[in-house]
Amino acid sequence: MVLYFLSLVLFVMGLYCLVAKKNIVKKIIGITIIEYSINLFLILIGYRRGGVAPILMKDMSVAELVERGVDPLPQALVLTSIVIGLGVLALMVGVCLRLYEKYKTFDMSEINRLRG
Amino acid sequence: MDLFLLILLVFMIIGSVIAIETKNLLSSVISVGVVGFSLSIMFLMLGAPDIAITQMVVEILILVILIRATITTDNTAIERHADTFSVISSLIFFGLFLIFAFLAVHELRPFGEPLMRVSKTYLATSAEKTGATNVVTGILLDFRAYDTIGEATVLFTSVVGAFVILRRRGRKHKRESDTEKVGILEDADIKKDFKGF
Amino acid sequence: MHDIEKEIRESKSGMTMIVKTIVRFAMGIIILFGAYIVLYGHLTPGGGFAGGVILACGYIILTLAFGKDIALRKLSDQGASIMDNSGALAFIVIGLLGYTGGYFFLNFIDHGKRFELFSGGIIPLCNIAIALKVTASLFAIFIALAIFGKFISGLVEEEE
Repeated sequence: MVLYFLSLVLFVMGLYCLVAKKNIVKKIIGITIIEYSINLFLILIGYRRGGVAPILMKDMSVAELVERGVDPLPQALVLTSIVIGLGVLALMVGVCLRLYEKYKTFDMSEINRLRG
Repeated sequence: MDLFLLILLVFMIIGSVIAIETKNLLSSVISVGVVGFSLSIMFLMLGAPDIAITQMVVEILILVILIRATITTDNTAIERHADTFSVISSLIFFGLFLIFAFLAVHELRPFGEPLMRVSKTYLATSAEKTGATNVVTGILLDFRAYDTIGEATVLFTSVVGAFVILRRRGRKHKRESDTEKVGILEDADIKKDFKGF
Repeated sequence: MHDIEKEIRESKSGMTMIVKTIVRFAMGIIILFGAYIVLYGHLTPGGGFAGGVILACGYIILTLAFGKDIALRKLSDQGASIMDNSGALAFIVIGLLGYTGGYFFLNFIDHGKRFELFSGGIIPLCNIAIALKVTASLFAIFIALAIFGKFISGLVEEEE
C-alpha cells in the first residue's frame, strides 16, 4: 500500500514540475519523472511476494515457474514504453533547442511575450 | 525486502525534489540521473531483470541527450518568480488528487498478491508454444507482437519528426540534383565509401 | 586501413588522447556485449530493445570521443536510414510469412530443443530485426541532435 502511494506521490511531483515551472528544460524533466513513476507503478502491481524472474532456468520445472514467477505481462508492456519514452524525449529536446535558437531563452512566459 | 524498497523509493522522491527545485539546470539533469538509476535497482529487486538492463542503458542516453540540451546553452536560472496564484491552485489540486489516490489505493489488491488470471497461462505455456524460455520475450514477440509493431511505428515517427524539426531551413527550390543531397554527408570521400552500401 | 588509423591519430576533433585510446579498446567489448544480449534474448534477460540501445550507445560513445567525421565514416546517416528501414521491413516480412500457416505472426519455424541458441522459431529473427531498427533510430536521433542541421543548411545556402 505504502509503495503504491509513494509512487503516486512521485507522479504528482512530476505533474507539479510540468505545470508550475517556467523553464522548458524543467518541463521536460517533469515529463521524465512522470514516466518513471508510471513504469514503477505497473511493475509494483505485478510483483509477487518471494517471486522469481519470469525466466525458465535449467534446474526448474514449468510448474515451479507458474507457482513462483512474477507477472510477466506488465514487464512486456513497460519494456516497450521505456524505449518509446526515449524517442519522445529526443523529439522534445529537438523542439526545445529550436525554440532556444529562435528566441534565445528557455523562459516560457518570455517566449509568449516575444511572440505576441 | 519491503524496507529496502521503501528506502529506495524515498531516495527517489528526494532526488526528484532536488531535480525540481534546484536553480542550476545541469545539477537538475544529474539529479534526474540519480532517480533513474535508483529506478533500475528497484526493477532488479522486483524480479524484472530485462527492464533493469533496458532502464540502465536508456538512462545513460537520456543523460547524454539532456546534457546536450543544457551544456551549450545559457543555463542560468530564471530569476523572476512564478505567479503565486497558479502555484497555490496547482498545489491545492494536487493535494486533492493525493487524497483520492490514497482512498483508491486501498481498493487495489494488496502488494505482493497480484491477480494473475491471464499471466498464469502465459507462464505455463510460453516454453512449449513459442520455444522461448524467457517469458517476457515470448510475450513481446509472439503472443503480443502487434504491440511491438506499434512500438516500431512510434519510434520511426519520432525519428522522422526529429529530422524534420532539426533541419535548419526548409528546402525551397527543388532541382534535379537534390536527390544526391538528401543526406548530411560532408566530404566527397565519405560519400564514395558508402556508394556500395 | 592505415591512412584511416593515421587520420584518427592526427585529427584534432574530439576529446583527448586518453579518451580516444580507451574508447578504441572498449568499443569492441561494447559491440560484442550488445550482440550477445540480442542473440541470447530468448534464453536470458535481454532482447532486441536492450541490445539495440547498447549498440547505439557504442556508436554514440564513438561520436563523442572521435568527433562526427570519424563516426559518420563508420555509420553514415544514410547507412542508418537504410538499416532502420530494413529492420522494420524484415519484422513485417517475418509477420507476413506467418500467413503460410494461417495467420499474422504465426511462429512457423520449428521450435527446436529448449535452452539452445537455435530455438524459439521466429523469435531470434525478430530480435535481430528489432535490434537493427532501434540501433539505427537512436543513432540517427543523436546525430541529428549533435550536428544540429549544420550540413543540411550548408547545402541549402549553397543552392541559393
